Amino acid sequence: MTAQVTRTLMRNVFIDTMIDAVATDTRVVLVTADISSWSFDELRAEYPERVINVGIREQAMITIAGGLSLTGHRPVAHTYTPFLIERPFEQIKICLNHQDVGAVLVSIGGSYDDLPRGRTHQAPGDVALLDTLPGWTVQVPGHEDEVEPLLRKALAGDDRVYLRLSDKVHSESIPLSEKFTVLRQGSAGVVVAVGPVLDDVLAATSTMDVTVLYASTIRPFDHAGLRAAVGAAAPNVVVVEPYLRGTSAPEVAEALADVPHRLRALGTRRDQEVRAYGKAADHDRLHGIDAASLAESITGFLC
Amino acid sequence: MHTTEETLQGYFGKMLGDNKHLWAAASTMDTIWVLYDRVLNVSPETIDDPDRDRFYLSKGHGPMALYAMLAAKGFFDPKMFDTWLQLGSPLGMHPDHTLVPGVEISSGSLGHGIPLAVGTAIGLRAEGRRKPRVVVLIGDGEFDEGSNHEAISIAGRLGLDRITVVAVDNSSASLGWPGGIAKRFEMEGWQASTVDGNSHEELYEALTQEPDGRPRAVVAKVRPKEGSAV
Repeated sequence: MTAQVTRTLMRNVFIDTMIDAVATDTRVVLVTADISSWSFDELRAEYPERVINVGIREQAMITIAGGLSLTGHRPVAHTYTPFLIERPFEQIKICLNHQDVGAVLVSIGGSYDDLPRGRTHQAPGDVALLDTLPGWTVQVPGHEDEVEPLLRKALAGDDRVYLRLSDKVHSESIPLSEKFTVLRQGSAGVVVAVGPVLDDVLAATSTMDVTVLYASTIRPFDHAGLRAAVGAAAPNVVVVEPYLRGTSAPEVAEALADVPHRLRALGTRRDQEVRAYGKAADHDRLHGIDAASLAESITGFLC
Repeated sequence: MHTTEETLQGYFGKMLGDNKHLWAAASTMDTIWVLYDRVLNVSPETIDDPDRDRFYLSKGHGPMALYAMLAAKGFFDPKMFDTWLQLGSPLGMHPDHTLVPGVEISSGSLGHGIPLAVGTAIGLRAEGRRKPRVVVLIGDGEFDEGSNHEAISIAGRLGLDRITVVAVDNSSASLGWPGGIAKRFEMEGWQASTVDGNSHEELYEALTQEPDGRPRAVVAKVRPKEGSAV
């Protein structure tokens, strides 16, 4: 048994990084909609012109980010996943994409971090929704140490970046790469693990002869990385995502357009709303993405 | 040089044909005319200057008045009107700021101009720029959209006094605004006035007030649209 290590929440890494970024880069403007705003009270007092809390007004938060970007600033908008992506989705489409401006959107809550609050606080469709718009970089860190470098890189740019933070983490941080990282090589198939599902994927495949790829940046999708892995193994592809099942299936189809292959897409369920409270581990199981369910699905797929 | 009605009407005709009724019904023409002729500090030479004034046409449907004015002021060649609505033309029924020189925001979906202006005003203030104004044109029907009201509250609380909203009111909001639109702004800490939207002098006076720490709303009343629900 390994010693318990105290882990830092991804959310706290985001807060600490923002505090430093606002202090050191006058381009950066942080816009919140009450969620996490208390963590920035001191920062807001020191930089009232660049740290703005708009109250519970998420539509305005996104559009203000667009207006800020029109002046050359680097806006960061932050709240809980459903209120960042789903509620103001038209604002993302029109006030960021259609204005041809950038922003960094940072969510907390993942697909279902706050289970006691039920469906209203879940947003497993966020990445699939953003997939309907061009030009988004989507980052899904699986370890808190991956958060700061991803955020720093996003802040330095002027493009559209979605940084999806979660309570769920895996145990070892993986060196930052925009491409898929090869963690294991095998011959029976290729399993892509996105962000915080990694531990479950590694446990599920521990006795399988498969290649395991890890992604903390899932858009743009690493087409070349997948093709290379599939070229060195049987063309059986499994993608495990911590959000809506099959979100990356079109990307796999595009990457392997001329390669006969099979795909098993795993993630949160599309066929029903899981109307239940409980713990994250319960929901991992209900969605079939805990280690035991993954082992069963992947074994069945490879047979 | 002041723009003439003849020039604007000529460009209008290139888009909509020689239809005097449509010209007369262009509820936003007078406001846009006064803004570009006498109020806004922006020109083709200063369109990329961070200290320029910005005009955000939030009510993106019916951009013909803006297009005509931008052509009259030299932002683009009036020959562009010959391509109106054709494949490859920059000119569509909703304006796209990435395509049309002088257009500051892309609009068409209602209720996004004021919050975009709030973001822009915050950005300009963060840079210490007190000079540039952000003028937004909305319609009274557009005022129905809830997104306006989020932004109006924020602008009032943050005291963004370089923002001016012109609400062109042709009584087209289906459920109406009992008590008037100006009151909704005043409640949120704006300075508001209601003027004759066809009077260039009244518009000019309302649009050139000195800032006093509050954002400003000018309700420009124009004749009701034919077939309006109210």
